[in-house]
Amino acid sequence: MPDATPPAEPALALPPPLTLALTVNGARHAVEIRPWTTLLDLLRDRLHLTGTKKGCDQGQCGACTVILDGKRVNACLVLAATRPGSEVRTVEGLEGPDGALHPLQAAFIEHDAFQCGYCTPGQLCSGVALIGEGHAGSAEEIREWMSGNICRCGAYPHIVEAIREVAGR
Amino acid sequence: MTPFAFDRAGDLPAALRAGGAPGARFLAGGTNLVDLMKYGVEAPRRLVDLGPLDGLRRVEETPDGGLRIGALVTNADCAAHPLVMERAPLLASAILHGATPQLRNMATTGGNLLQRTRCYYFYDTATACNKRAPGTGCPAREGVNRIHAILGHSEHCIATHPSDMCVALAALEAVVEVEGPGGARRIPMADFHRLPDDAPERDTTLAHGEVITAVAIPPDRFGSHHTYLKLRDRLSYAFALVSVAVGVGMEGTAIREARIALGGVAHKPWRREEAEAAMRGLAPEAAGERAAAILLEGARGFSHNAFKIELARRAIGRAVRQAASGTPQHHANKVIL
Ligand SMILES: Cc1cc2nc3c(=O)[nH]c(=O)nc-3n(C[C@H](O)[C@H](O)[C@H](O)COP(=O)(O)OP(=O)(O)OC[C@H]3O[C@@H](n4cnc5c(N)ncnc54)[C@H](O)[C@@H]3O)c2cc1C
Ligand code: SF4
Ligand code: FES
Ligand code: FES
Repeated sequence: MPDATPPAEPALALPPPLTLALTVNGARHAVEIRPWTTLLDLLRDRLHLTGTKKGCDQGQCGACTVILDGKRVNACLVLAATRPGSEVRTVEGLEGPDGALHPLQAAFIEHDAFQCGYCTPGQLCSGVALIGEGHAGSAEEIREWMSGNICRCGAYPHIVEAIREVAGR
Repeated sequence: MTPFAFDRAGDLPAALRAGGAPGARFLAGGTNLVDLMKYGVEAPRRLVDLGPLDGLRRVEETPDGGLRIGALVTNADCAAHPLVMERAPLLASAILHGATPQLRNMATTGGNLLQRTRCYYFYDTATACNKRAPGTGCPAREGVNRIHAILGHSEHCIATHPSDMCVALAALEAVVEVEGPGGARRIPMADFHRLPDDAPERDTTLAHGEVITAVAIPPDRFGSHHTYLKLRDRLSYAFALVSVAVGVGMEGTAIREARIALGGVAHKPWRREEAEAAMRGLAPEAAGERAAAILLEGARGFSHNAFKIELARRAIGRAVRQAASGTPQHHANKVIL
């Protein structure tokens, strides 16, 4: 959608598109974007990786969480143009090379850690990053460090259980 | 978002040249500026991305034993840095009480200092707001003002500065280091943010085109005798209604020296040297009462936020006790001792 945003003042000339090279889930891409294209819109609308969800588009819900150069971030607030050469991992890239589910994906199914599933890709990326950060030592700690991922269905207790189980392995 | 031109700064001089142009703005983590651009509250004509300036991404020791934290160090990296955890644990704690892990991975030291108020009317371009559109009025005074100021407000604006990090920086007497077209400047925290007075559109004393390069923190004097106590509407991931950053030096059971700043109550972190002086030589309980009386002198609430005055008084008492006993509030364990 932002790619189609009309100029507010007709007199303002649109800046030329720029070419961005980045790696998403191991695959290299070069895409023409505008400076205001967010990483989220780039993933969904240009690369058609629609696993990453748009909830609020304002950094408040965590549905758009992806792992950017090893760190979990809200893709809706990242201007893609600021990250040339970056490596992005989305929910589509969590599975193993053999196509097996990531242990956290399997644990989400086992623990019934979602209902509608809209927040789930963000929860999974956030949870995978959290386990790597080493802040999943207790239920209390997991709740605090997963606070950036809102679940309107209230699946929180099961999400915490799933992360606890995988972090404890 | 209103379309804009985009530059990636090659080096600091190039950033200063590009950022000095009329309508140009610097971009760091983007967590505040990009959000406000989506709401139409901000519409820069040009963004100058500071991202490539790796020299601003360092935490270093200063010769006096203090720290210098580069403007592009993310809030996450700052709070997890061994030097910060060791020498400025109050700062690490305040940062971990703010936002979320995802946001802290993007948010930077410089951007956090310059984040704008969360006043609902400031965000809503359909309403008046003296901060967003000078001269249009301040609907918050008669409107929904639960999150607004009780101290230092003016008839033109009653907004608060929303940062947690800045409250700790105020108590630590940090200094903001700046480079501009006119050269380098060092701005003590106390002079960095402004009160609204009759110009609420100006949050800080930074001039257009100036870049924050770092924040310098004096050597640690408090050890484990500090706390950041943040009270809010949910247990996590909410801005402060009231927060207290305090560090004390103890002599036996009495307070030898103290530094204390409040968040969520004013247009800037609220600090009064008189309050700190009055705490000297007192036991924690009495020191907390004296500090609260002085810090909250002249406090005045509005229809929805007068409760903050009593909340702040009690939070100060709790925080001084936590600091004096060397048991800082933990960001994940929500039990308040
Ligand atoms: C949902 C949500 C919840 C949040 N909760 C909290 C919270 O609980 N506590 C809290 O403290 N904060 C909170 N924040 C705010 C967050 O901390 C700030 O948005 C962040 O610190 C801003 O840093 P940034 O690098 O992303 O700044 P940007 O958005 O990149 O920039 C902000 C401003 O600073 C300017 N700027 C940035 N760097 C420099 C520089 N080096 N020199 C000159 N100008 C510069 C930009 O031009 C812009 O005007 C929250 C944010 C969101 C979206
Ligand atoms: S309090 Fe300040 S920011 Fe809020 S509406 Fe009034 S002038 Fe605007
Ligand atoms: S869509 Fe990005 S945080 Fe909600
Ligand atoms: S499963 Fe529905 S929002 Fe989380």
